[in-house]
Amino acid sequence: MMEEVTLVSQIPAFDTLFPEKVMVDSRKGFGGFIIERDFFLDFVKEIRKTWGYDFLSSITGVDYFPDSMEVVYHFYRSLGGGALVVKVQTSRDCPWVPSIAGIYQGAEFQEREAWDLLGIKFEGHPDLRRILMWEGFEGFPLRKDWKEAYFEEEGKPYGSRWPDGVAEHSEDKNPFGDNVKYPDNFDPEKWVPAGEEALYLSLHKPEQANDLETEAIIVNLGPQHPSTHGVFRMAALVEGETIVDLQPAFGYLHRNHEKIGERNTYLQNMPFTDRLDYISSMSNNFAYALAVEKLMGVKPPERAEYIRVIMAELTRISSHFMSTGFLLNDLGAFFTPALYALKERELILDIFEAVSGSRMMCNYFRFGGVVNDLPEGIFEKIKDLAYERLPKKIDELDAFLTDNEIVRSRCIGIGTLTAEQAINMSVSGPILRASGVPYDVRRADPYSVYDRFDFRVPVLYHGDIYDRYLIRIEEMRESAKIIQQAISQMPEGPIFEGRAQYQVKVPAGEAYGRVEGPKGELGFYLVSNGQANPWRYHVRAPSFINLTSLKPMSLNQKVADVIAILGSIDIVLGEVDR
Amino acid sequence: MGINGIVKGLGITLQHFFETYLVDIKYKGKRYGTPEGLEDRKSFDTKGIFTVKYPEEKLDVPEAFRYIPFLVYDETETGEKDIRCTSCGICAKVCPPQCIWITRSVNPETGKPVPKPAKFFIDVDICMNCGLCAEYCPFEAIRMDHDYEIANIDRYAHHIYDLDKLLKPASYYAQIRPKQSAEDDEVRRERDAKKAGAKLAR
Amino acid sequence: MSSEKLNKPEIKVPPELQNQVAVTTLDKIYNWSRSNSLWPMMFGLACCAIEMIMTAASRFDFSRFGMEVMRPSPRQADVMIVSGTVTKKMVPQIVRLFNQMGEPKYVLAMGACASGGGPFKEGYNVISGIDKYLPVDVYIPGCPPTPQALIHGLIVLQKKIESEKLAEAEWYKKDFYEEIPVPVLGPDLMDPRKYGVFQELKMKGNLENPVEELAKGEEA
Repeated sequence: MMEEVTLVSQIPAFDTLFPEKVMVDSRKGFGGFIIERDFFLDFVKEIRKTWGYDFLSSITGVDYFPDSMEVVYHFYRSLGGGALVVKVQTSRDCPWVPSIAGIYQGAEFQEREAWDLLGIKFEGHPDLRRILMWEGFEGFPLRKDWKEAYFEEEGKPYGSRWPDGVAEHSEDKNPFGDNVKYPDNFDPEKWVPAGEEALYLSLHKPEQANDLETEAIIVNLGPQHPSTHGVFRMAALVEGETIVDLQPAFGYLHRNHEKIGERNTYLQNMPFTDRLDYISSMSNNFAYALAVEKLMGVKPPERAEYIRVIMAELTRISSHFMSTGFLLNDLGAFFTPALYALKERELILDIFEAVSGSRMMCNYFRFGGVVNDLPEGIFEKIKDLAYERLPKKIDELDAFLTDNEIVRSRCIGIGTLTAEQAINMSVSGPILRASGVPYDVRRADPYSVYDRFDFRVPVLYHGDIYDRYLIRIEEMRESAKIIQQAISQMPEGPIFEGRAQYQVKVPAGEAYGRVEGPKGELGFYLVSNGQANPWRYHVRAPSFINLTSLKPMSLNQKVADVIAILGSIDIVLGEVDR
Repeated sequence: MGINGIVKGLGITLQHFFETYLVDIKYKGKRYGTPEGLEDRKSFDTKGIFTVKYPEEKLDVPEAFRYIPFLVYDETETGEKDIRCTSCGICAKVCPPQCIWITRSVNPETGKPVPKPAKFFIDVDICMNCGLCAEYCPFEAIRMDHDYEIANIDRYAHHIYDLDKLLKPASYYAQIRPKQSAEDDEVRRERDAKKAGAKLAR
Repeated sequence: MSSEKLNKPEIKVPPELQNQVAVTTLDKIYNWSRSNSLWPMMFGLACCAIEMIMTAASRFDFSRFGMEVMRPSPRQADVMIVSGTVTKKMVPQIVRLFNQMGEPKYVLAMGACASGGGPFKEGYNVISGIDKYLPVDVYIPGCPPTPQALIHGLIVLQKKIESEKLAEAEWYKKDFYEEIPVPVLGPDLMDPRKYGVFQELKMKGNLENPVEELAKGEEA
């Protein structure tokens, strides 16, 4: 428990330091500062240099139809503490905002996403192309006046389902038989597809060092390739086997989570959050529940908090098992380490199935607690796992792989990321800690009851693939320790605060709830206007932002190493593309 | 580069390999196809072969398991189906992908709504098995089924479940979910008692 | 499939030869050998892919059915298990991969998203089911289907294969050339097979609101 306010969590009063250019956001339920657009770049340089806000966590574009658009930034100090929330406003026709991608490299992908989905132009961005949709797509989908072809009503529940609902397939209503619509002036005979030119043109070769004329070719890795991270594509400029430049391309699994989230009610969004990082669904539920509980001002009872922590840590262990198994798959050890790891994951999934009803899509958390209590016999099963089986199996995996000479020679020294690079690129999670920065949201900005447990935050300093693998093994051990402590401290009592209701009353305002997920910092930014559906619902996805580090880590490595580096970043496409 | 680490790893693999035989010998051939063998393969100190041979051996699903919803009806003495659903529409409102369509019955003479569903559809190709409909039903009428063997060759003919396909008896419900079914019966008894008490008071 | 099932029931094989001799039809042998060695293509799109991997892992081993060899290359695969949401950006590659698979090939739509769009059906980047582009053989509902449900679906596929007739096999006929035209990514996804619908709507002048146009057409 933090008794006194220390310097890291104190947010300076920027409105008195820069009187005309910075104002406090005084809307009801909102916080942070609103900055003049022309002053914004200087402001950002100032907070980075003088005030230590070197970690840019999230950039969100919000469409306040019909008045204005806003870009919301969340900055943190890498020493810890709460968020500095900063907003820049712009008009809705020809919206533009200065780009900070030159100062914080982690802003690159997020600004491209705001351009792609909302149409906000970022002046000074090195490569402002669409990132989730394809070049040539018509319109900016997340704007409030952009309606998809299957559009029925602004927000659920739809009136057509009850009291006179007859089932029909939505595609029967559209003559094209699918969710498509075209602009009026579109002529397929005359039109030429935009194609991949923009992507390939963005690949540059550095200057020739020697006078040997060499040709570099463009190789596409993905979107369908045996490395099981999903539909991810990399366009690489290779010279021989060496990567000279690399651009990731995603959006192949863009499932419009944020647009659907704006149509859903708050409760209906909970099962959709399961499908973000589909390997660790309890963790996503946790972050969303925290964000909404911040808006509602509700705190769950003690027993629910402990159950949440146990489920979150079990999820972390199962996700790290899977990630280690698949890293070894990428290295070439075809399936044996993965099979050993998946066996443990199966036992953990049995617990999830008995507690929540589904192995993967748990939908277990609610705003004010959890859905149902642990059934009979599960508590003993969790105890057996946490005290007996998991520590032994983690040690076995460690003995199996850590000293293996092939793993060592393929992983040590490959794909290094320095601490400054990692902080600048907004990388979070095991990658950050493997590069020497001891930042873990559970310690830096504690949520739920994590401040009651005694656990280390493992840190390593080389920043290569081997360190990231070792960090995950260490984190699994710490998670097992946390589960043991939570089991011994768990009280009896209710598991839900208040009455279960499906129409949740959420007051107007904004909230940003974040957790330390297995892949990194998962955050949800919600803007509510008092209605049943959120006004803006944005996911700060760790895998999406961690991918900023893929290019610097892979330059001058071989193609086979790039696969291993991607395996060590540990991405999940459900999160990257949302 | 030595080979000590590789040899250690291979030693662990060999240990797993021999364990598969040793565990089978310990169970004297009764490890597969028997309930004790299945329990051993699910327990926390399981060693040896981990495979559950579907379709000959099926892993039992726990009570909380949720797949596709179904509607519960109580069997009366005359054999009629007393459908618990009153077509209040809460499940259709709370369903996240809106895959439930309900048409409320209307009394043909008075034009007033009757608390029974005339039509009830669930599109299984949209259902995300979240269980919110079952969680918020105030009449214990819609619950999550356990049956997962519903693969089909033609989806347009079979994948929109109508009222006939969705109705299942309360005895089936008690069989798959004994604890929840007992709780539901308790809640229904209390509600009926309260209603009866209120009627008497009048 | 044991030799009793292979054997044609009309012909009685003496008991001492039953394990060595079976009198059967060409159809049965052909289908038996194909259905028990289906090689799936490693084609995981989203969450259902994780359940597919768990089916391939040690607890619900599907190499017991001959499917252990998961080939990433479409030339070497028999069945494409479309596991996960099909998005518009990904559809051209899926159709290309399907075209590259060698006959006989099967498509299994695993999960609600591949069958009919699933919970994300209303999304602007989501296709309402892969059967809008590919001929699907078996649909497995669920979100995600548990590994046991997936194996059940694979058994249904095996039964379907076992009921096929060699004489009606399309891929042995002369002039069999069936390639699905690859859709193009424009202002929205363009299916080349729907150019006719396009021209019709354009003549009526109502491309922006096709839903209204269809509703008007129905009333008329």
